[in-house]
Amino acid sequence: MDIHINGKKCKAVQGETILEVAGKNGIRIPTLCYHSDLCLAGNCRICVVDVDGARTLQTACTAMASNGMKIWTNTPRVIKARKMNIQLLLGSHFGECYTCPRNNNCELLKLAEEYGIEELPFPKKGKRTRELEITPSLTRDPDKCIMCGRCVRTCEELQGVHAVKPVGRSNDVHIDTFFGQGLMHTSCTMCGQCINRCPTGALYETSCVQPVWDALADPDKYVVVQTAPAVRAALGEEFGMEPGTRVTGQMVAGLRKLGFNKVFDTQFTADLTIMEEGTEFITRLKRTLVDKEKGLLPMTTSCSPGWIKYIEHFYPDLLTHVSTCKSPQQMFGPLAKTYFAEKEGINPSKMITVSIMPCVAKKYEAERPEMNASGYKDVDYVLTTRELAKMMKMAGLDLKDMPIEEYDNPFGISTGAAVIFGATGGVMEAALRTVYEIVTGREVPFKNLEITPVRGMEDVKEAGITIEGVKEEYKFLEGAKVKVAVAHSLSAAKKVMDKVRSGEAEYHFIEIMACPGGCLGGGGQPVPTSPEIRKARARAIYQEDEAMTIRKSHENPAIKKLYEDFLEKPNSHKAHELLHTHYLKRKRFDKVK
Amino acid sequence: MPATGFVLERIKQGEALKKAFEINRAEITDIIKDSGLKGRGGAGFPTGLKMYLCGAAADTIKYVICNADEGEPGTFKDRVILETIPEKVFEGMAITAYVIGAKEGIVYLRGEYEYLKAGLENTLDGMRKNNLLGKKILGSNFDFDIRISLGAGAYVCGEETALIESLEGKRGEAKNKPPFPVSSGLFCHPTLVSNVETFCNIPHIVTRGAQWFKNMGSEKSTGTKLISVSGDVKKPGVYEISFGMKVKDLLKLAEAENTKAVDIGGASGIVIPESQFDREISFEDIPTGGSVIVFDKTRKMVDIMENFMEFFLDESCGQCTPCREGTRYFVDAVEKIKDGKITEREIKNLRDISSCMKLTSKCGLGQSSTNAFISILDNFKEELLS
Repeated sequence: MDIHINGKKCKAVQGETILEVAGKNGIRIPTLCYHSDLCLAGNCRICVVDVDGARTLQTACTAMASNGMKIWTNTPRVIKARKMNIQLLLGSHFGECYTCPRNNNCELLKLAEEYGIEELPFPKKGKRTRELEITPSLTRDPDKCIMCGRCVRTCEELQGVHAVKPVGRSNDVHIDTFFGQGLMHTSCTMCGQCINRCPTGALYETSCVQPVWDALADPDKYVVVQTAPAVRAALGEEFGMEPGTRVTGQMVAGLRKLGFNKVFDTQFTADLTIMEEGTEFITRLKRTLVDKEKGLLPMTTSCSPGWIKYIEHFYPDLLTHVSTCKSPQQMFGPLAKTYFAEKEGINPSKMITVSIMPCVAKKYEAERPEMNASGYKDVDYVLTTRELAKMMKMAGLDLKDMPIEEYDNPFGISTGAAVIFGATGGVMEAALRTVYEIVTGREVPFKNLEITPVRGMEDVKEAGITIEGVKEEYKFLEGAKVKVAVAHSLSAAKKVMDKVRSGEAEYHFIEIMACPGGCLGGGGQPVPTSPEIRKARARAIYQEDEAMTIRKSHENPAIKKLYEDFLEKPNSHKAHELLHTHYLKRKRFDKVK
Repeated sequence: MPATGFVLERIKQGEALKKAFEINRAEITDIIKDSGLKGRGGAGFPTGLKMYLCGAAADTIKYVICNADEGEPGTFKDRVILETIPEKVFEGMAITAYVIGAKEGIVYLRGEYEYLKAGLENTLDGMRKNNLLGKKILGSNFDFDIRISLGAGAYVCGEETALIESLEGKRGEAKNKPPFPVSSGLFCHPTLVSNVETFCNIPHIVTRGAQWFKNMGSEKSTGTKLISVSGDVKKPGVYEISFGMKVKDLLKLAEAENTKAVDIGGASGIVIPESQFDREISFEDIPTGGSVIVFDKTRKMVDIMENFMEFFLDESCGQCTPCREGTRYFVDAVEKIKDGKITEREIKNLRDISSCMKLTSKCGLGQSSTNAFISILDNFKEELLS
């Protein structure tokens, strides 16, 4: 069908919104509550347009195109109404831009600039009306909230967590938790997806920047840093580079300039995770197939702390299915403070371990009371990709000007299998590359080691791999068809876990990442996010894998040496002490006081 | 004050339903369309068209909802209907359900009317016993029953999509339209939502025909309207008037004296001065869901403004920007008017906010919440700004 926008004839398909048709035809309509990852809300009333025959203005994000429709996107009353709605939002938006964590990246501020807001019809609300809520992962500033509802939609639709809702009415309405008890007393998984979609500074990570500066400045402290795989595929965006730009070497150089004593790679412990988790998987297969034990399969991954907290709240009955392996971040901490400290003769009490993560749930994970296997707090501080960019900017460093440098040894050596941990399906692919080879002695039968069925952005992916020609000790696996599933975002996790709970699922191994796209779409990554941005980051991740000389975790020479020198073998007693953990059964929310 | 007319009249139960079974569904829709009946809740959407649209929607599950969330300040006519002739409302719902193909009806009853619930349940039981509800009604193949669901006090839930959200157990907030409830309403099934009084008209039109109905009222506002008259009158109460009645004639009926202003349409309506008492109550001139509040010369207009604006400051659902953020400025402005401190510039800004609210609010609440303020400002400027 045809519609007319500003007199221009545009083709439209049934079910398309005015906003979509306009976008395809290069006509920009400003939006605020709209987000390409979320369902339509039509709350902010910024995208209003004139439609011939309609008494009131229509929201372009929600109004469907219909044949012959005549739309005007910039009539005087449209411009005036948009401007007024921006002014009304600003009128109750607390605080000054220069003290806001989003002062350079705020959608409201951008609109204010676009619409030339010079003054407000009435003076602005001057006093704080609601207190900040600070958790180990997220900080909420309700006074900066403009009630677009993106966080609520993120939490409900994308994550299926329902931790926050609008409460109250009229200008007293605000986003709150169950009975106002606070995020720490609800099923909030700390995934931080709400941060990535908040248009203003109402949601951001609880910052660790200052304590890290303090540690770096302390001559008495030995500060080591680890960087997660997904950070290198996104950090460039904070410096104006295109999404999907790989900046691994520049990031390493920047970290060194910031003063870290050693720059290590979480990918090293990602390879280690594969050794531990792969071995655990084979053991679980044996105990199930040979010893006929129940409740061990399917095994799920445990790298994503948002996923861990989700299953603790929502499927506490299925916790035996979760791999006991700590996440790569939490494997790194104790190894740094034991193995590495011993090797280098450093007093672990003087060592500070910092991690750079695409994630805010990692901050919460590092604070979990059981995470002290080294005898100290295993990971002292967790910084997000955004916080690292901030520190670099504070130090006057521009990533674009950084030379390309290499990670330090020994925890800087990693494989292509480790880098793909940053994308959905990556842990599964890495695990299959190793497990298949351990069991059969041959490479996994996929061209160029690319296990394509587990790649891509479909929310739940399934694959099967038949194991043939096994080695003598794995005879119980001969001819077995290993069925795997990969889910990213917690709503996708729910789909898979409901099937596990009902017994309908026939999977053996499930990878679950709390965030859409996997870690590359994490709550600590640069804002904004969209399906296109996440795809670009995934491309960077897979390019990085292809470029690596070693692409299988079990071939990582530093890992081999770690087992020889220190851990003996995968799942050894020592490995269990340092690298494995247990989980907690949690309720959906605390009892109302 | 007893009503005159037919809406509050008792009818022989089941007669209209029996007649409906004798004619085919499309014909009933045509009769209602032809009668010109429009929704009595205030918005005035043609009821026949609504029936047609909902009937045409392809789905095996459909709902008929009676909007009894009578929340507009100054209206109480639905309460009187439900107290006196609920069986007629239910019969109207049954006829509607028969036409559109619904098996379930729901009365969304205003929370404050909880005390009516037992009586309504009794009436429903009686109708079930007489086979006017339930399975195979009056020996036909038509099954239909009605349940009552209580609101929780939010004014916005009188807006049909917010009402549906509330029935679904969600927060009462207006939804984006389209889709309209006739194609996707309660639990995403086609749903016809109409006002209590609208359903009351249907049995009469079915038995007496469209022409009989069209003989009453004006060209675009056929039939009669129940009006709740309150305020400074000697005889407050529910009046059934022919559409097109002049405000001054209504005032005469209710024996109003020394009248200074009349609010028509409640908090979301407009307030007119004596010079406009010649205007008519009709969809052509001043439409109303049924509220007429009369103020005599002892009343201060600024107090009326304040009362209405505070009402909206309480009742905006807070979902969309203009309504949530705009309303409080009008409450603040009332204070300034009282103190004699409002400036011309501020008044201009308020008018700008008001037109933005009218043009861009998501639902009727925000679109109409400044009506009273602006009409008082326009019509009583001298008193307010002196």
